[in-house]
Amino acid sequence: MSAMNIVEKILCRVSGKSVVEPGEIIRAKVDRLMFHDLTGPLTVKAFKEIGVSKVWDPDRVVVIFDHLVPPNGERAALNQKIIREFVKEQKIKWFYDIGRGGICHQVMVEKGHAKPGELIIGADSHTCTYGAVGAFSTGMGATDVAAVLATGETWLRVPETVCVKIDGELGDMVTSKDVILYVIGCLGVSGAVYKAVVFKGSTVERMSVSGRMTMCNMAVEMGAKTGIVEPDHVTEQFFKSKNIPYGSGFVSDQNAAFDETYTFDVSKLGPQVACPNSVDNVKPVSEVEGIKVDQAYIGSCTNGRLEDLRLAARIAKGKRVKPDVRAIIVPASQEVYQEALREGLIEVFLQAGVLVCNPTCGACIGAHMGVISEGETCIASINRNFIGRMGSPKAKVYLASPATVMASALTGVITDPRGVAA
Amino acid sequence: MIISGSVVKYGDNIDTDVIVPGKYLGITDYEELGRHALEGIDPDFSSKIKQTSILVVGENFGCGSSREEAPVALKYAGVKCIIAKSFARIFYRNAINIGLPIVVCSEASEKLNDGDMVTINLAEGVIINTSRNEVYRTKALPGFILEILKDGGLVAYLRRRLT
Repeated sequence: MSAMNIVEKILCRVSGKSVVEPGEIIRAKVDRLMFHDLTGPLTVKAFKEIGVSKVWDPDRVVVIFDHLVPPNGERAALNQKIIREFVKEQKIKWFYDIGRGGICHQVMVEKGHAKPGELIIGADSHTCTYGAVGAFSTGMGATDVAAVLATGETWLRVPETVCVKIDGELGDMVTSKDVILYVIGCLGVSGAVYKAVVFKGSTVERMSVSGRMTMCNMAVEMGAKTGIVEPDHVTEQFFKSKNIPYGSGFVSDQNAAFDETYTFDVSKLGPQVACPNSVDNVKPVSEVEGIKVDQAYIGSCTNGRLEDLRLAARIAKGKRVKPDVRAIIVPASQEVYQEALREGLIEVFLQAGVLVCNPTCGACIGAHMGVISEGETCIASINRNFIGRMGSPKAKVYLASPATVMASALTGVITDPRGVAA
Repeated sequence: MIISGSVVKYGDNIDTDVIVPGKYLGITDYEELGRHALEGIDPDFSSKIKQTSILVVGENFGCGSSREEAPVALKYAGVKCIIAKSFARIFYRNAINIGLPIVVCSEASEKLNDGDMVTINLAEGVIINTSRNEVYRTKALPGFILEILKDGGLVAYLRRRLT
């Protein structure tokens, strides 16, 4: 049998085929399905219109409230009520209401709903995040997700797979976020449209699951169907430390073919910033240093995890946010929040003058808790800087690592964190 | 399926936040959503498209979020078909699933201009520019996707098969 890569192996398993070819359309059995409060109402509506009475398997469905948490108005409150009733009526096993979970992609990995070798579909474009634990996960729209709810199956075009090989040891204050911004800057926002991206190389091998999540999360920003890291000792350690049973999943055969291999040496890479209004408009922080910011935002499914908050706290400790800057930190989940509290990180932020909010997508989608006005500039650890993403279409959003965002909050201008860190 | 109309044209990498900004998500009145379609790049889009109905764009159209409101807003604004050099994959699926025909054709995306009259044959993959007497060819859509479009979307397609 010819050599296969990790993506082809997973798609073979879920389609029951012994070989799959890029471009081929397969029917696949879905291992796990996720939707949230914003895509839920359309999903539930479409499910009811299809006309079947029961979801295919209530044990394989995960519903997480995160986008408008707590509801920012009556419309959101009503939508959440509709989903809550659906969850109860369909006896859906995994439901994270307000205060129980957090941002969906963080919760899916943190609570062990995503495992190596699985096919996971979610009604959110950043579902590709679970590639960090070796799952094939991809986002779909509400109607596609409703069809999975009804049948347990979906159609997939087998993607071409590209390999992004990253080598070199990262310098202090240079993170997985800087690496993925740099990669997207090189490959472009349509650099991997409809393809799967496998992240390999010594840099990736050294990254925590958390760092790998940041990389896989942003694979969609270059158009990819998914980003994935082959499970290894880091993955194994992650599940063992949480006492979550897991299967070993798949790794690519040694001589597996990739559509394309891109290699990067990041040993000399410095902090990176994606400038308005495109995620591939990436520059070294040195080229944009000094641009005044009105708001600094750390959070989201990209960078609201414990290691992100630890890094931010290292920079903020004993210092104050510049008086004309609003700094907002949103832990990615209740678990992250609680651990940050235990470690004293929240105390550091509060003393620095940071507003710490509850876990939510909030301002990352321009919905609430930090929406920005016209003419304002925000530096954020999120994944998109599209026109209007965080509020006014006349506002500007710069994307950076939590370290660069925190450093900029202290100085009031875009700042290289390496000059600020203690 | 054959669709005719005149063209309104925009560029590359138009994202879903521009097609429907996050603040409008959750609106279930589709006519209302349609009034906000593409307002991020052209505040007059929803009145323009009512006269034209064929949207022509460049590459990676619909990149960004999985919001199904994006193709829904375009459909209810009056778009009958989108022709692009390429689509972002979630948008591509969503458009089919809600019954909005889409065609991938680089040549048509490059050569068509604002105001051109076109006729699109989805089953044969042929686009005729009647204003300039040009014909552009592309891959026909697979049979089951045509079926979904004929039924008006995935919900109706599944309802017919499952119930």
